[in-house]
Amino acid sequence: MKFTKLAAAAVAAVITAAPVMADLVVPSLSYRTGPYAAGGIPFADGYADYLTLINERDGGVGGEKITMPECETGYNTEKGVECYEATKGEGALVYEPLSTGITYQLIPKATADDIPVHTLGYGRTSAKNGDVFSHVFNYPANYWDGASGMINYLLETNNNDINGKTIALVYHNSAFGKEPIRTLEELGKKHGFKLTLLPVDHPGQEQKSQWLQIRREKPDYVLMWGWGVMNQVAVQEAANVRFPMENFIGIWWSGADHDVLPAGAAADGYKAVTFHGVGSDFPVYDDIQKYVVDAGKAAGSGDTVGSVLYNRGLYAAMLAVEAIKDAQAATGKSDITAGDLRDAMEGLEITEARMESLGLGGFGPEFKVTCENHGGDGLVGVAQWDATAKTWSLISDFKPTDGEVIDALIKEDSEAYAKENNIESRCN
Amino acid sequence: MFYREAGDFKTTYADDSQTFPIKFDRYRYWAVLAFAFLVVPFIINDYWLNAVVLPFLIYSVAAIGLNILTGYCGQVSLGSGGFMAVGAYACYKFMTSFPGMDIFSVILLSGFVTAAVGILFGLPSLRIKGFYLAVATLAAQFFLVWLFNKVPWFYNYSASGQINAPERTVFGYAVTGAETHAWAVYLVALIFVVVLAVIARNLTRGSLGRKWMAIRDMDIAAEIIGVNPMTAKLSAFAISSFYVGVSGAMFFVLYLGAVEVGEAFGIGKSFIILFMVIIGGLGSIFGSFAGAAFMVLMPVLLKNVMVGQLGWATDLAAHFEFVIVGGLIIVFLILEPHGLAQLWRLAKEKLRLWPFPH
Repeated sequence: MKFTKLAAAAVAAVITAAPVMADLVVPSLSYRTGPYAAGGIPFADGYADYLTLINERDGGVGGEKITMPECETGYNTEKGVECYEATKGEGALVYEPLSTGITYQLIPKATADDIPVHTLGYGRTSAKNGDVFSHVFNYPANYWDGASGMINYLLETNNNDINGKTIALVYHNSAFGKEPIRTLEELGKKHGFKLTLLPVDHPGQEQKSQWLQIRREKPDYVLMWGWGVMNQVAVQEAANVRFPMENFIGIWWSGADHDVLPAGAAADGYKAVTFHGVGSDFPVYDDIQKYVVDAGKAAGSGDTVGSVLYNRGLYAAMLAVEAIKDAQAATGKSDITAGDLRDAMEGLEITEARMESLGLGGFGPEFKVTCENHGGDGLVGVAQWDATAKTWSLISDFKPTDGEVIDALIKEDSEAYAKENNIESRCN
Repeated sequence: MFYREAGDFKTTYADDSQTFPIKFDRYRYWAVLAFAFLVVPFIINDYWLNAVVLPFLIYSVAAIGLNILTGYCGQVSLGSGGFMAVGAYACYKFMTSFPGMDIFSVILLSGFVTAAVGILFGLPSLRIKGFYLAVATLAAQFFLVWLFNKVPWFYNYSASGQINAPERTVFGYAVTGAETHAWAVYLVALIFVVVLAVIARNLTRGSLGRKWMAIRDMDIAAEIIGVNPMTAKLSAFAISSFYVGVSGAMFFVLYLGAVEVGEAFGIGKSFIILFMVIIGGLGSIFGSFAGAAFMVLMPVLLKNVMVGQLGWATDLAAHFEFVIVGGLIIVFLILEPHGLAQLWRLAKEKLRLWPFPH
């Protein structure tokens, strides 16, 4: 009898777990646990806090409150699937999974369910080709822009000549880390630098051999595609082998405060590319302080406000909210569907004036999404870490990347996907 | 009263040696099958399929596979994750190389490929035992994951190293890819699980299973009474790997759809499957199902209770999940070292004597 009772209770608990339908549902597939939590927490906090701000200050979007069911994925694809299925039924409008692995899974599923997926600076790069990937958006920049932005920066600082230079890529041995390889190889052919690949296995705590190799081969530059605990370890190891920090450039996921703080003064001069502003010197932060933090409604422990990844989470939420506004304007109703939102995302235009009005003037680049281009213009800047002031600062403005190389690669990869999955051209 | 042999007369040898000799067991078995085939497909939805039922079915196959090797033949293996990866990648290569092949043949062929790989990695078992064999299979785990990451041929030279399952249909209904119906995917998985479980159950009752158990209990004595350790051990490795390979293939095509080897088939997967076998009960087919159900359902249930019902923060719930599942594993191993299957056996004993326990 005990067992049957337990089983009945279990079944009841699982069944009743789906909460009530809400107004505008923007789920957050976050990860606050596991080896990638260091990055997942500030991003999730920023995402949640901006949505809270919209609810508290503006009473939601167009009079509709936003609810944000949060689901813990632990950066694990199986849990990601469960989270997607669990939140899908609540009328989710848009997904921001913050994991390349989960993104790959959601691309076909979300497309079939008519729910847009926004992958802000991660995920499948060739999703920029909206002609093939109808429901996936990766504006304002993608990994190949990041790779090209790094090389452009090196060109700039070397009088446009990096012929014969050696560049090592330290990357997370996963779909995420492998993304830039092809672009860097192409760029290597174009500019004549030599690329060394150094994969680091999940979770990335073990990098001694990679950095020994760097010490031995002494590459001119080291680029890094790292995430989670891997970043801190890499910066520390670079310091240990006395690799000059100013020649060490990370992708935007390897350029947060917590990545460089553990190495202390040794991390001074480390660089990372970025596609949005740094610091909390924007008017929107006053509102966040007033309506969210001081009101005791901050997500998590509330200690991540203004950090790099918090900014990025906030940026992601801002772009989602702007798209919701567009969708409401286009359909004339406040209670939009995921399909309406997808259409609005496809026409989203972020201008300086619009960001200014949101209290985020100069925070990110201007861009416009079209049916063919789901990835924006791919403008990439470079930020540098100052270990004494403990701040990041932009040392190179948002600049265009090598569209010629990237567009060809995007075309090749997306067309291969279209062919594999029998996707027909839908634009024009 | 319910569960007893009395009054159930067997008049033929076939009757005498049937899988479930007790009437109550037989009816229960048919009732479960009828429910699974005739009721569940009509009520299943995407959430139940992807969050609960499908992982349970797939892990059950993997657990049966490992149970054959570890529970019946006594060869400890930590390479299940790697063998699942073999199944998944074989499946991907078959699907992309032969687009016309139906999904059943693809999954079965993937199982055979994995069986061949399993034999290869089972060879050390002829010389080494126990912990040393565990380390050798651990090497298989790391080698296979490394291989699928390193050699681009396995993932068709895609830029990201991810493999994606193309769409395949059964009788016109998509079972892989994006446009699937929950019931169709469920039925495909269920057919594999039922057929494989029946085969496993009968294998372990037959001469092969007895040879495995002889090797498990005392290999020297087994050799003396005429069991060839080489064929017994290698057949256990082959069949076990076949099961694990099939589960890996289903894990990839039916469940996740897109897989990255290090993330999906890492060492953690090997441990989870080993836990399932240990918690469920070594040397028991029912135990494999029970263990898989425990490891799949418990985290989902705890999450839904803590986050959905109690409204806790997701990170707090996730940490508590580790604590509770870990604690339960320890409690189980202390109170019932023979696993959930032993609890079931005891329950049947009690049922048999009820209502007169003495």
